[in-house]
Amino acid sequence: MDTVQAAQNTHDHHDHKPTGWRRWAYSTNHKDIGTMYLCAAVFAAIIGGAASMAIRAELAAPGLQFISDTQFYNVMVTAHGFIMVFFVVMPALIGGFGNWFIPLQVGAPDMAFPRMNNISFWLLAAALVLLLASAFVGGGAGTGWTVYPPLSNSDFHGGPAVDLAILSLHLAGASSILGAINFITTIINMRAPGMTFHKMPLFIWAALITAFLLLLAIPVLAGALTMLLTDRNFGTAFFEPAGGGDPIFWQHLFWFFGHPEVYIMVIPAFGVVSQVVSHFSKKPIFGYLGMAYAMASIGVVGFVVWAHHMFTVGFNVETRAYFVLATMVIAVPTGVKIFSWLATMWGGSIEFKTPMLYAMGFIFLFVVGGVTGITLANAGVDIAFHDTYFVVAHFHYVLSIATIFAIYCGMFYWMPKMSGRMYNEAAGKWQFWITFVGVNVLFFPQHFLGMAGMPRRIPDYPDAYAGWNMVSSVGAAISLVGALLFLWILWRTIVAGEKAPANPWGEEGANTLEWTVDSPAPFHTHDQIPELPDAGVHQPAE
Amino acid sequence: MSIYTKLFSGLISTVYGLFGLSLGTALAQNDPQPWQMNFRPAATPVMEDIVEFHNLLLVIEGLIVLFVLGLMVYIVFKFNSKANPKPTKTTHNSFLEVAWTVIPVIILIIIAVPSMKLLFFMDKAPEDQVEMTLKVTGHQWYWSYEYVDEGELSFDSNMIPDEDIDVSKGQVRLLEVDNRVVVPADTTIRLLMTAEDVLHNWAMPSFGIKMDTVPGRINETWFRVPKEKIGVYRGQCSELCGVRHGFMPIVVEVVSKKDYARWLVKAKNEFANIVEPTTVAQKQAAIR
Repeated sequence: MDTVQAAQNTHDHHDHKPTGWRRWAYSTNHKDIGTMYLCAAVFAAIIGGAASMAIRAELAAPGLQFISDTQFYNVMVTAHGFIMVFFVVMPALIGGFGNWFIPLQVGAPDMAFPRMNNISFWLLAAALVLLLASAFVGGGAGTGWTVYPPLSNSDFHGGPAVDLAILSLHLAGASSILGAINFITTIINMRAPGMTFHKMPLFIWAALITAFLLLLAIPVLAGALTMLLTDRNFGTAFFEPAGGGDPIFWQHLFWFFGHPEVYIMVIPAFGVVSQVVSHFSKKPIFGYLGMAYAMASIGVVGFVVWAHHMFTVGFNVETRAYFVLATMVIAVPTGVKIFSWLATMWGGSIEFKTPMLYAMGFIFLFVVGGVTGITLANAGVDIAFHDTYFVVAHFHYVLSIATIFAIYCGMFYWMPKMSGRMYNEAAGKWQFWITFVGVNVLFFPQHFLGMAGMPRRIPDYPDAYAGWNMVSSVGAAISLVGALLFLWILWRTIVAGEKAPANPWGEEGANTLEWTVDSPAPFHTHDQIPELPDAGVHQPAE
Repeated sequence: MSIYTKLFSGLISTVYGLFGLSLGTALAQNDPQPWQMNFRPAATPVMEDIVEFHNLLLVIEGLIVLFVLGLMVYIVFKFNSKANPKPTKTTHNSFLEVAWTVIPVIILIIIAVPSMKLLFFMDKAPEDQVEMTLKVTGHQWYWSYEYVDEGELSFDSNMIPDEDIDVSKGQVRLLEVDNRVVVPADTTIRLLMTAEDVLHNWAMPSFGIKMDTVPGRINETWFRVPKEKIGVYRGQCSELCGVRHGFMPIVVEVVSKKDYARWLVKAKNEFANIVEPTTVAQKQAAIR
């Protein structure tokens, strides 16, 4: 057998892929791993969504109707928070879209470390199992996702529930760190020739910045969790005043991770929305470099504002003043992003397909949630809002509504590329409007409840708050219809959708490499180094 | 009353009028109201400043949201694929890019100045103005109060369970306690706060107070209610503290100085034989 023959043989077997369970369990393919992340996110979203429906059902009317065990209520609140943050938003936006589209968009055949990619996913799966287990042992973890000691220490949460939750977060954190290393290496080393940093698609910029935030923030959480674990089990006193520790120390560590964490969730959303706005407006992104560096500066400043979550712990006033001012600085790059998106649409020839509706919904509702963020950044008025439903409304606007909109947006946008089939456009538009109405009816009244003084995380409330709580619960039911409709659309697309062309959204405005490969994307893509489309890639200022 | 306050209260009453809702109900004015959309009435200078500053924020933020919404509506009508089949290729405009960086900075400075004033004003009462000190301790799941200047006077304050609530006496479900904290009006009162077991948070919306009570730490804040605002004020624990977090309300009764003196005499008698609150260890022994 001569060498030419051998080469041909290899080529014949090139698209060989493992079949059956081995294809998934042992997968080193970025698309399969991305698909598994998305499936995990959908699975977790069903559980986390069920928890939120239980909460809204209980809060629909004053008194204790559905959940008479208030510890169980606290467990629901905690589980909802953990699941949505670590097992829905992050796996969908980072694990799912990141794995699927980073190699496709940078022109790489796969991630830099395919086997590490595999362990990264399975650590997350194991973490989800541990977290779910924690709800069923020793009364569950009723600490809130912030796990503040002393409530989370062994005196007040004896039993293994909190330990399981801590171990779960450790695994989820390890998964994220490995994923982040993989993303950073892939993006820095495996871009197609000619794709300089200043020509990368904004989704790649977003993924790179997010990966750095993960790499820097997660170890701090891991350290804090380890200290809590030894406080609980080995008699240390990091957070125990009786032993010379301090519960506030936990809050510093937690929020040093926790604030970058909110940008870890929202920056990939920025990336998705940027691609979609540009594509459907048939225009290159406006102010590309400004957009990229706005995300980078949000990421950097995000590390020095953590104590705005702690304005009521009793800091001296100068410390609070610093955190007020530092936090407000973030409004500037955020404004740059919002106006650049609007300017991208300005003068465009916009197709209002479902992904574009979601992108525009994201922009508007992120502004609504963003301005209440300015309110909360001011320590003076934050005193009135801290730990009330106003805060719940604020962070659900930016995280639940906006990031979930970005996930829906990305799912509709890339569904043809991932599944090879088109979703039903009319159903998609219905799904958008139902969700849009639902989430606003759900969360807007919570601003009023917060202003009137209703605290968070309470299973029963004074009767005066009944009206807006009922409205809010009705909104939750509408959002649930939207979510179920989405699952139906997903199912119909996979089993009966029309075959999608390589680029169903039109050449004009398509400026990323995933639209140059077939739909569905073949098992192996970019085995030859791709040519960058001449006009397509973002051009920096001349 | 600033222009914003007027503007805002006008807006709110319009909204109420539209929905045919009435502001006056059986509930006392200081308590939360059905369909309430705004703060409770301010009882202290600090809360008045918070309300005023918030009204400024609300106007600025409302305008920002309306501006963005207006642009988006314009874009939808003007730049859809039917109205505008040929997209432009504009990707830069230095003037615009500088403008939308600099204008937000200016807006933030407009916000930051009153914000800092408020923050430094609400922080601590000057040492020489403090007329009375009240110590608050959070417990799972009740509050205890010590009148530090009155020797031994201290008591616990537990929620009155739903079945014992007497609405005719103006009691509010989940917002009523057996022993209210009684304080004199027109008096600058320093609050010292700590907790015995886990974090709690002593929150009094009408006073503009919300302060964590932290085991091993003492936090300080202050309030002063003028005599025109004499009345009963209600708040709730505002930091998740366990299974009965939602059931440890705070009730402050502000009375005239004369009535306060009378109450002191009575209270010193009533709470003279109260045993000290149990320690954590004792309580845990009891639970186990």
